[in-house]
Amino acid sequence: MKCSFYSGLIQIVSGDIDHIGEVLSKVTDPEIPVLSLQDLGVIRNIEITTTKIIVTITPTYTGCPAMEVMEQDIKQVLGDEFNKSIEIKTQLSPAWTTDWITAKGKKALFEYGIMPPSKSGKIVCPQCQSMQVELISQFGSTACKALYRCTDCLEPFDYFKCH
Amino acid sequence: MPNKNEARYNYILNLADNTLVLGQRLSGWCGVGPFLEEDLALTNTALDIIGQAQMLLNLAIEIKGEGTVDDLAFLRDQHQFKNVLLVEQPNGDYAQTMFRQYMIDSYHVHLYRALVDSSEKQLAAIAEKSLKEVNYHKERSELWIKRMALGTSEGLERLQKAANNLWHYQHELFENSEELDKLVKQGIAADPNQLQQNWLNDVSKLLAKTPIKTPQSGWRATGGRLGHHSEYLGKMLCEMQFLQRAYPNCEW
Repeated sequence: MKCSFYSGLIQIVSGDIDHIGEVLSKVTDPEIPVLSLQDLGVIRNIEITTTKIIVTITPTYTGCPAMEVMEQDIKQVLGDEFNKSIEIKTQLSPAWTTDWITAKGKKALFEYGIMPPSKSGKIVCPQCQSMQVELISQFGSTACKALYRCTDCLEPFDYFKCH
Repeated sequence: MPNKNEARYNYILNLADNTLVLGQRLSGWCGVGPFLEEDLALTNTALDIIGQAQMLLNLAIEIKGEGTVDDLAFLRDQHQFKNVLLVEQPNGDYAQTMFRQYMIDSYHVHLYRALVDSSEKQLAAIAEKSLKEVNYHKERSELWIKRMALGTSEGLERLQKAANNLWHYQHELFENSEELDKLVKQGIAADPNQLQQNWLNDVSKLLAKTPIKTPQSGWRATGGRLGHHSEYLGKMLCEMQFLQRAYPNCEW
């Protein structure tokens, strides 16, 4: 059984994946509360056995402290809902890329005030939609973001870098 | 530990210690960066590098079959660290920090590019993951060197001083040994001669765009891989390890 919102990356052994997916959708990036872990693209695999649920995740940035919080949060919500032990596995390869952020996730980022990764290089101010922007710093508040400023509305904003 | 494992362990520990010590050094700029955005940027770089250290140390203990990442980071003494001397050198001014950073970033880019094909699968995965990060670091340190070298005369003067100070530490990054040579032949490790060539190409291209003069060769730093360190490492470890030494197994 394959589950479409994981873009076919999930191998399901057995069990109620939809229910697990629903529960997991409540877990968000601790730094970006509008982005679920599924939309961020860090959940790579879910396996269900008679006694355990094994969730395989991939780190965004190697040193990102949010990863540890995400692991704890996954354990917490699944543990509360299912009477099984929860195991988290970390998989490094293939390396996470911002291409795995879903369209829904990108939209949520923009509405939240963070410009989502732009492969074309076109960066738009999430406050006023102006394209008159300038780079302030290659890193913003976290490793995954850069800091920009809109020269029209003069507001600074974060840009989620292509990675 | 069987000999075969010991060679792999030593190789990975050298890579791990390079990143661990550099990550700690860079963290020294936290709160005292030249301006707020740069303070955040450099400490985010440090965070990436500490993340790489964590993955490499994890692999090292997997190979050794005992201990924890924290034991390796916080309970080893100076002579047990295998990092090259370049990464333990003091931060100095921003020119010195950025020149050291460029030297390491360029080395990391070529190292990880080569290790993506390593027959040691987990090392290849770590390299694949880290390559994206160090490519970005290199873009950044390159920009800073151009900005300082092509900006004011003071910037150039300070960079030239940094280049003169640090240049001779490069050789240690590409040191060969019988043990390493075997790992290269087995497809586990990156070939140091190839790395050095790629590195020199990169650095000479960048320096050619600036008035910085390539320092003349004279002496070569060596000894880090054998645990012979400069006076700076011990002082750094005192700070880095204080908590675990004073309050063993402390967690928060």
